[in-house]
Amino acid sequence: MEPRVIASKKEFTLKGLFLQWEWLLVLLMMAVFILNMNLSEYFLDYNNLRDATMGFLDKAFIVLPMVFIILMGDIDISVGSIVALSSVIMADLYNHGVPMELAVVICLAVGALCGWINGMLIVRFKELSSVIVTLATMIIYRGIAYILLEDQASGNFPSWFKFLGWDYVGGIPFILIAFALAVAIFAYLLHKTTFGRKVYAIGNNPTAALYSGVRVDRIKVIVFTLAGLMAAVTALFLTSRMGSTRPNIATGYELEVIAMVVLGGVSTAGGKGRMIGAILAVFLIGFLRYGLGLVNVSAQSLLIILGLLLIVAVAIPQLKMRVGAGRKTT
Amino acid sequence: MAKTEYVLELNGITKVFPGVKALNDVYFKLRPGEIHALMGENGAGKSTFIKVITGVYSPDGGEMYLDGEKVEFRHPTDAQKRGIAAIYQHVTCYPDLSVTENIFMGHEKVQRGTGRISWKEMHEEAGRLLKELGAAFSPKTVMGALSVAEQQIVEIAKALSVDAKIIIMDEPTAALTKNESEELYRITERLRDKGAAIIFISHRFEDMYRLASKVTVFRDAKYIGTWNVDEISNHDLIIAMVGREISQLFPKKDALLGDELLRLDSLGRTGYFADVSFTLRRGEILGLTGLVGAGRTEVCQTLFGIEKPDKGRIHYKGKPLQLRNPRDAMRHGIGYLPEDRQKQGLVLQWGIGRNVSLPTLEKFAVQGAINSRKELETAKSLAEKVNVKAKSVFDLVSSLSGGNQQKVVFAKLLNAELDVLILDEPTKGVDVGAKSAIYEMISDLACSGYGVIFVSSEMPEIIGMCDRVAVMREGRITAMLDREGLTQEAILSASMDGATGEEASA
Repeated sequence: MEPRVIASKKEFTLKGLFLQWEWLLVLLMMAVFILNMNLSEYFLDYNNLRDATMGFLDKAFIVLPMVFIILMGDIDISVGSIVALSSVIMADLYNHGVPMELAVVICLAVGALCGWINGMLIVRFKELSSVIVTLATMIIYRGIAYILLEDQASGNFPSWFKFLGWDYVGGIPFILIAFALAVAIFAYLLHKTTFGRKVYAIGNNPTAALYSGVRVDRIKVIVFTLAGLMAAVTALFLTSRMGSTRPNIATGYELEVIAMVVLGGVSTAGGKGRMIGAILAVFLIGFLRYGLGLVNVSAQSLLIILGLLLIVAVAIPQLKMRVGAGRKTT
Repeated sequence: MAKTEYVLELNGITKVFPGVKALNDVYFKLRPGEIHALMGENGAGKSTFIKVITGVYSPDGGEMYLDGEKVEFRHPTDAQKRGIAAIYQHVTCYPDLSVTENIFMGHEKVQRGTGRISWKEMHEEAGRLLKELGAAFSPKTVMGALSVAEQQIVEIAKALSVDAKIIIMDEPTAALTKNESEELYRITERLRDKGAAIIFISHRFEDMYRLASKVTVFRDAKYIGTWNVDEISNHDLIIAMVGREISQLFPKKDALLGDELLRLDSLGRTGYFADVSFTLRRGEILGLTGLVGAGRTEVCQTLFGIEKPDKGRIHYKGKPLQLRNPRDAMRHGIGYLPEDRQKQGLVLQWGIGRNVSLPTLEKFAVQGAINSRKELETAKSLAEKVNVKAKSVFDLVSSLSGGNQQKVVFAKLLNAELDVLILDEPTKGVDVGAKSAIYEMISDLACSGYGVIFVSSEMPEIIGMCDRVAVMREGRITAMLDREGLTQEAILSASMDGATGEEASA
């Protein structure tokens, strides 16, 4: 048989470059900016935009590991509860005399532990889906937070702790710097490392991944643990910004985070999507919310807009497929 | 309407899937009151053929006649309405519903006007059908509580409830014990005597001789012939099924046998296999054959760390071996080419390159970071080595033909440092050309020092390729044959009959 030559370089096409989901998000982002500029003269102000990020970036830390989770075809709806639990434990410890530095470390550890428990339950009980497992732990974690604080607020943190959520480093909000750093780490992990590649493999075909020697369970546990850890990071920033904590903070964060990831083009069927899309979605929703807030659009109306955006996000790939199939009817 | 003596007639049916002709100009004629056996190796096209008759696939060529009238089915319900019913080896039932509900699923009896389901009438009718079939259980029993044999009776009752004139039975005896099979024979004969035409598919010659009056053979998606059962010898039938000159197709070279790699000491896993012992040496191709479901795949999966044995021992290179997971197995040097390449072997949504590199990603990475140039270059040279037909390493594996997909799975194994290759049905669903390329590859691998376990239910390739063959039946090795004693008859008798006097101990 004649030897066959197979190319190992990708052909570059302009079509391939522009037919990507992320461009749609960029367009949407431009639409949001134009809309908001027309609605309010205060929107397009550097200081305002900069400070707006301080308001919406707290939950964005959870978006990063959530991209991994949804890529694997799983979901984690307990992250909001983990934020509350780790925040409450941190505040409670501090008020009982534990130094704040140590309380912060314990906060992160509690988050990671909660995530690890999620992961272990999911890989040990294969017949339970991740929705069911994290639904259960969502209730449990929030329940523990309520037992600890009994529906009271807790605060009076040392002044340095306020720095996290309110301060600037070289004129840039600290939270934005921290987020940029986290994005760099998670994007690298997902797109450049063997770990990320295996996450994609699991999302596309977990059986083939297992047969190819990928330790599927181990990777799942690590990813869920990371989600717990990042939920605790969110807890730090949120608590710092609010100055106190309650057991009911971060309610509904899980849904907003999942919405951002899906809007970012990550398929809930697993295996498809990129980090950049989710990041764009974070800023898209953040600025939309901020802009509409400036002109006193109620939070409820915002939810409706968010929901509509989400439906569009899910519908477009399917519409694209139907058009691509050339009107084939079955 | 032209009256003919045939209830069903198929002329020149062809069905093409991307890259593979699943049926190539196939003929079939069925008379009322006839049991017609359909035989052929795995992958000969029998399943596709059934799916054409039952309207699951529409053929790309040829005609189909029912009672002399030309028909084209667009949907399985079209075939159902015309009185065609199929009973499958793996019963397709609703285990949580009652027998009655299963029988009348989709055509429940309802009161006119109100639309209410008339349970009483349905239970009575179901009871009548079951009694007719000689079943002892109540129609109100939950389906899941029945044995496989009883569930099959329910499936037959379902066929009768829609007055099926043509009943297709796809390996119905495969999961039955001898007594249960007897019972099924009696029921089948009773159906025939009442005028139904029956297509009976089975790998068991016993079934065919006991039941059928006619036998049709397919091979490699082609129609080979139709005979009266009493006019064709067992030997001729096997030749019809197997066909080609075996010696030409199989380029088996003699490899030097080296050290012992693997030794299994009465390995067992409750419910799947028991008392499995064999050895494997470097350069050796050890065949593992038997009917589908005999426990071959389960043994392989245990050797690859997917399942854990609960009895016996594995020795690997002279040392006891306990595997935790597939990664563990590959680290030790044991690789597995799984049976179902689409579900287990490949990430279909990925290109060739990423698939090839997946098991050995660490080789292309420094501190966890993938060097994609190195990855793609290696993938390219491996894909070229196994002669994958593709334009670039970015071609999606889902776009490749079955044979080329299988070559990609081989390429995955070649980059790992392995000593033992377990190949589970490596030529399943692969066309003849790619088959011989795969045989050549296997032979070369053995020559270069791998120990190969070659699992297959296709006898010609087992006989053509293996140094020794272990035949399994019902989870046990029933024969270990050397190359000298390797004949179709020897394998058949070890894998099928109760010749050794053993029965399924249930």
